[in-house]
Amino acid sequence: MQEGQGRGPTRGVAIRIVGLSKAFGDVEVLRDLTLEVQPGETFVIIGPSGCGKTVLLKQILGLLTPDAGRILIDGAPVAAPGQPKPYRIGMVFQSGALFSSLTVGENVGLWLKEHRVADDGVIERIVTEKLALVGLADKKHLFPSELSGGMRKRVAIARALATDPDLILYDEPTAELDPVMTDHIAEAIVDLKRRFRITSVVVTHDLNMGCYVADRMGMLHEGRLVEVGTPEQIRRSANPVVRAFITTQTKGMGGA
Amino acid sequence: MRSLGLLAGTGAVILRFLQTVGEVLVLLWQAVRESRAAPRNVDKILAQMAEIGNATLPIASLTAVFIGGVLALQSGFQLAKLGAEENLGGLVGLSMVKELGPVMTSLLMAGRVGSAMAAEIAAMSVYEEIDALRTLDIDPVRYLVMPRVLASLLALPVLTIYVDVLGWIGGALVGTVNPQINVSFRTFFDNLRQFMEVRDILDGLVKAMVFGVTVAIVCCYVGLQTRGGPREVGRSVTRAVVLSFICIFIFDYVITRLLI
Repeated sequence: MQEGQGRGPTRGVAIRIVGLSKAFGDVEVLRDLTLEVQPGETFVIIGPSGCGKTVLLKQILGLLTPDAGRILIDGAPVAAPGQPKPYRIGMVFQSGALFSSLTVGENVGLWLKEHRVADDGVIERIVTEKLALVGLADKKHLFPSELSGGMRKRVAIARALATDPDLILYDEPTAELDPVMTDHIAEAIVDLKRRFRITSVVVTHDLNMGCYVADRMGMLHEGRLVEVGTPEQIRRSANPVVRAFITTQTKGMGGA
Repeated sequence: MRSLGLLAGTGAVILRFLQTVGEVLVLLWQAVRESRAAPRNVDKILAQMAEIGNATLPIASLTAVFIGGVLALQSGFQLAKLGAEENLGGLVGLSMVKELGPVMTSLLMAGRVGSAMAAEIAAMSVYEEIDALRTLDIDPVRYLVMPRVLASLLALPVLTIYVDVLGWIGGALVGTVNPQINVSFRTFFDNLRQFMEVRDILDGLVKAMVFGVTVAIVCCYVGLQTRGGPREVGRSVTRAVVLSFICIFIFDYVITRLLI
């Protein structure tokens, strides 16, 4: 069965990345990277820290421009932030990147308020609804500094959802979290995937979490995707780079 | 060879300086353009004005009274020697209004508020909050820079008038209580009124507005340029305040020359 099929209707976008390269000074971060993500699919990019995963997401967002190659979303080149575009992207930053001077509720409702999508009463209702999705409806009036790391990530997810996105990007959603919190976040991602069927791209170095949430996944190594497949195919891959990454992770997990 | 290296080094410094000036001017232009959105952002502008007032008023009050007082003390004795102590009001009044009021207020504002602006925006840059704003299609210039620039533009003249008045009172007090100077409150202010023209006050307020905008734009610029971590945030704050001070001094000379 082809991936991306049999999932029913989706409003997610398709992403096509062709020959993408990006260097900072002499350091080549991405080299001729090619990737296709189907509408409604959850694609996980795994790889060690510092291999260019965040740089890839920032280019999909239009925060960074590629040195070479193209990123097409539903066939159209990525527009810079602030430019009108036919789709919306929600981003969950690694640090959460919540606005520390705003309450949790104000963080989640900021996009709605600044773009005057609805009046205050409606915004309030949407904020409560999105926070309820991540199990934090009662934390609306707290400030980000009063939350745990896992809660902050969940608020960041709620903030991304408040824009009603067609594509949601997760940058290391479980980094720096304990196993229980990692579980919560992974569950939240899977839950949202089932509920909204939007396209998701998750970058992570957490193989277990990646396998759990992914429809397909790709291993990023030295700026290229060296292997793409279902979680099962990745686990069984004979590619030495993938094997090395998996074995390291398993050793870590086994405590050996 | 060495002289060539020196030349290249100097060239690089000049280029970097010009680039910074250019980027600050571009940011200023963007902030001016985004001022269209000011009516919708009145709450943010008022919040920033309140912040400027809150942070600057106490220290500005103290400094104003003492600067006015010391000015009266220094010049009062000299004037008394010449038998011209009745001119104390005009001297202290004009010095405060045309020079000390705006310069001192904006230096204090740079130290108290500019540093906080730079720190807040630098931390936002470092912790991906600026990127987060962009991904929410919220322009950081409209959301962060424009309200701060407009608030400074409006708040600094008001603060300067307040500082001027406190400086006069400080000067008058010193003139009254020192028997060697012996200028009454009434003589002080009569003389002040005689010398002071509306133009003098306006000149000072023009300075205050220019300095206010300069401090805000420089501090926002330095904050937005910050990359790295907590250490860079600290460095940015120092850099923002030092740059603000330098700009205030340079612009003070230029504006004074133009307005003479």
